[in-house]
Amino acid sequence: MASHYEAPIRKPLVLGDKGYHDVTVDIAAPVEGKANKHWWIVFSIALAAFLWGVGCIIYTVSTGIGTWGLNKTVGWAWDITNFVWWVGIGHAGTLISAVLLLFRQKWRMAINRSAEAMTIFSVVQAGLFPIVHMGRPWLAYWVLPIPNQFGSLWVNFNSPLLWDVFAISTYLSVSLVFWWTGLLPDFAMIRDRAVKPFQKKIYSLISFGWTGRAKDWQRFEEVSLVLAGLATPLVLSVHTIVSFDFATSVIPGWHTTIFPPYFVAGAIFSGFAMVNTLLIIMRKVCHLESYITVQHIELMNIVIMLTGSIVGCAYITELFVAWYSGVEYEQYAFLNRATGPYWWAYWAMMTCNVFSPQFMWFKRLRTSIMFSFFISIVVNIGMWFERFVIIVTSLHRDYLPSSWTMFSPTFVDIGIFIGTIGFFFVLFLLYARTFPVIAQAEVKSILKSSGEKYKKLRDAGKPTYTITKTTVVKEGIVSETALSTEKNQEKLAVLLEAIGKYDPSTGAPDNLQEVKGIGPLMEKALNQMGVFTFAQLSKMTQKEYDLLDSITESFPGRALRDDWAGQATILNNKK
Amino acid sequence: MYTFSNRLKIASFILMAVGVLGMGIGFMAAPSTVEEAKAIVAAQGGGHGDAHAVEAEAHGADAQHGEAHDASHDQHLLHQLQNKPWSALYVAAFFFMMISLGVLAFYAIQRAAQAGWSPLLFRVMEGITAYLVPGGIAVFIILALSVAHMNHLFVWMDADVVANDKLLLGKAGYLNGPFFLIRAAIFLGGWILYREYSRKLSLAQDESNDDSNFKLNFRISAAFLVFYLITESIMSWDWIMSVDPHWFSTLFGWYIFASMFVSGITVIALVTIYLKSKGYLPDVNDSHIHDLAKFMFGISIFWTYLWFSQFMLIWYSNIPEEVTYFVSRIADYKLPFFGMVALNFLFPLLLLMNSEFKRVNWFVVMTGVVILFGHYLDIYTAIMPGTVGDQWSIGIPEISSVLFFLGMFIFFVFRALSKAPLQPKRNPFIEESKHFHY
Repeated sequence: MASHYEAPIRKPLVLGDKGYHDVTVDIAAPVEGKANKHWWIVFSIALAAFLWGVGCIIYTVSTGIGTWGLNKTVGWAWDITNFVWWVGIGHAGTLISAVLLLFRQKWRMAINRSAEAMTIFSVVQAGLFPIVHMGRPWLAYWVLPIPNQFGSLWVNFNSPLLWDVFAISTYLSVSLVFWWTGLLPDFAMIRDRAVKPFQKKIYSLISFGWTGRAKDWQRFEEVSLVLAGLATPLVLSVHTIVSFDFATSVIPGWHTTIFPPYFVAGAIFSGFAMVNTLLIIMRKVCHLESYITVQHIELMNIVIMLTGSIVGCAYITELFVAWYSGVEYEQYAFLNRATGPYWWAYWAMMTCNVFSPQFMWFKRLRTSIMFSFFISIVVNIGMWFERFVIIVTSLHRDYLPSSWTMFSPTFVDIGIFIGTIGFFFVLFLLYARTFPVIAQAEVKSILKSSGEKYKKLRDAGKPTYTITKTTVVKEGIVSETALSTEKNQEKLAVLLEAIGKYDPSTGAPDNLQEVKGIGPLMEKALNQMGVFTFAQLSKMTQKEYDLLDSITESFPGRALRDDWAGQATILNNKK
Repeated sequence: MYTFSNRLKIASFILMAVGVLGMGIGFMAAPSTVEEAKAIVAAQGGGHGDAHAVEAEAHGADAQHGEAHDASHDQHLLHQLQNKPWSALYVAAFFFMMISLGVLAFYAIQRAAQAGWSPLLFRVMEGITAYLVPGGIAVFIILALSVAHMNHLFVWMDADVVANDKLLLGKAGYLNGPFFLIRAAIFLGGWILYREYSRKLSLAQDESNDDSNFKLNFRISAAFLVFYLITESIMSWDWIMSVDPHWFSTLFGWYIFASMFVSGITVIALVTIYLKSKGYLPDVNDSHIHDLAKFMFGISIFWTYLWFSQFMLIWYSNIPEEVTYFVSRIADYKLPFFGMVALNFLFPLLLLMNSEFKRVNWFVVMTGVVILFGHYLDIYTAIMPGTVGDQWSIGIPEISSVLFFLGMFIFFVFRALSKAPLQPKRNPFIEESKHFHY
């Protein structure tokens, strides 16, 4: 790791007064809490879309590919477009986790977990299309080089479509290993905090017995670097091979040598847009604004602007070289894209992919959450159109003018596409409730150098860590006399203002002894102070803990250690 | 403060003098008539029959066969031999200009990305980009002389050839002398403007008491990168791809970019290690060298990726107008063409794979020399087949051109290094760079 020194002009990456424990609590909160109504609404919509897609897939498989809008001229349309679109979206995850790791970009730590999850879920969607397209998906194993005795046909190693099988399955497995490796310490964190035995069991299983010894960490860091080294060429190779699906052919508009790097740039472009879409919502819903800050969104916008400009440069290069080449078929292909019957798709692509990211040159726009969200959707639409333009526009004018035609999708084409979007969100929403959505172990590793709290302490010349003395341990309850002193009354008022007063008309008092660390004496003391419910306890933060300690003058620091607020949140949700 | 040692200065003058001498011999030895050209080829053993036929076919522009075949063939041979010293000069001039331009791009990226590790190396980078002014002007002069018909490097500049060639007629709106030079002037002007302005701001930041110079430098670096993204591609089409005016590849611009980027980074590492060996740059540690070596390793692989993508796609679809490029190279340039892939890919891959080796300075120097030689050959095999055909060799004109520009490069780079303190004082990231280790 690089040194812990950081230039003062760098902005903090973790906002607010966050210490190590706050990070744990904040990131475990969505997993330990209960889903709210919004989650269920969105989940139901996604599930309905998914089921609709499943229905369309069943219809396709049982009836045949004829249910799609394909014809003899345009023999490849939405299926391959959607496939490339989903594979492309997957790229940002690997880029953030691997390439940004190698470049030591600390800001990746708040977003890598979700970006990698997105990668895996979108590659799953992408993988569906070739399988559905096979017509007989139960023979899907024929794409693997298995000897003929097994009833398959030997595969054609000359075909880039076969290379795709290898590239994408390698990509999926490496991404999965990378993702899970990073998850180990975080799963262990949830395991250690789990209250119920079932959850504890599950999280111990999936954290592979992580102990947090120095040796564990050393191996963890080593394997992360090795995987990053392996995954970096994969970022290039996967979409390069996808581009070979087209570029190795001699179809005008497809056979262009810039395809490999430009597909990769486009994939990163669309991937970052999707990360932005997902994280802008997630930071709000899961209250992660302190970790996924406006600066993170700004940096992602800059990547979008950069890759969008590279893609734009490639579009213009293709146009220019088509003219420069003097090959009339090539020239026609590009002229037809811009002015032919599918002109609207071409200009949608140009507007969404080349013009719209240029707004990000303005600081005000790229730091605006609403605008970033809007552009991220626009870019995703644009990148879908890019693949549509490359595929359908090039095919619909083939070698015989008598077979020139248009493509129109059927409800099955649309249904399968919508279905994969639904499936993607089903997976992502389940993930958001069961996985630590931010790599908390990694965020903690930069907290001292890049956390606002520590930056402020450093600027003020104060030590970043002080040991609170916990010598006064006095068993007992708060005496009436202690409470009645004027100073304590004042503190109590502040305390109750922060956590709320108990109103007997709204509900019965809770059994506070269910919270680990609160015994009968402490419960009584709390009741004397006017604290009766889990809801009140759950609102306590460091400041309120300190107030409580100074009033009771017993067990200082205990409330923080046992995380009363966290426990109370869970108990309150279970009520 | 670095002082340009007399020994190094004298060495650079000797290199330039030897270079001028050798180039003079090269120009003198070039034939001026068809008969002389034939005599030269005959003296070499003249065993080029079949290969040359392929080349003439591929070359297209001179494919005026029929009764006039022999005459045109001889004329073609004369042009090739006359082109040889010019091509040698042009390849070397472009190669050293490209190093400096690659460093400029790397420098702009470091500034725009607000990198924390590299500010200690900024003065080294600024020193190398100082060569862009004389180096860029040298390339411009060669291009202007080509437009003035002093040589036949660019066959599309020959009005007779264009008149008989439908494809070149179609391109004349773009490939014509005046527009070509206007573009070249805009590119070089833009790059030099950024270089000089950024250097000025970088020095001013040391003396100022706020970060305004630094912030302005950040902004203009981002703007420069946009300009560079566009101009670098067009430059590579103009200055290299148009040497084979029938051939085209959309990837070509980015391919040349990878070549200049890795060469530039290599030279940063070499100059840094040299200065450290003389006791300068005390705060530059092994981690900085390690990072540069990682870039050398990574960009070498990236270059190979682009080389392979371009080669594979053209080879696979085997379209006549595209594949001639590789046919002529494999027919006549087998050794340098595949040799440079080995030098540029296998050597850095194997030598720099181990992370310990990336910190061993002499190892980095050794690999760096291989990389630079490999990328010289890269530019060589990009230009020579279009200008001298199968009449290539690496002899006096080629070596002395390299020596001349190397001498010039050393002179201007180290002179610029001696102009300002080697360590920036007030760069806001300088402390991060000093603390950099892992």
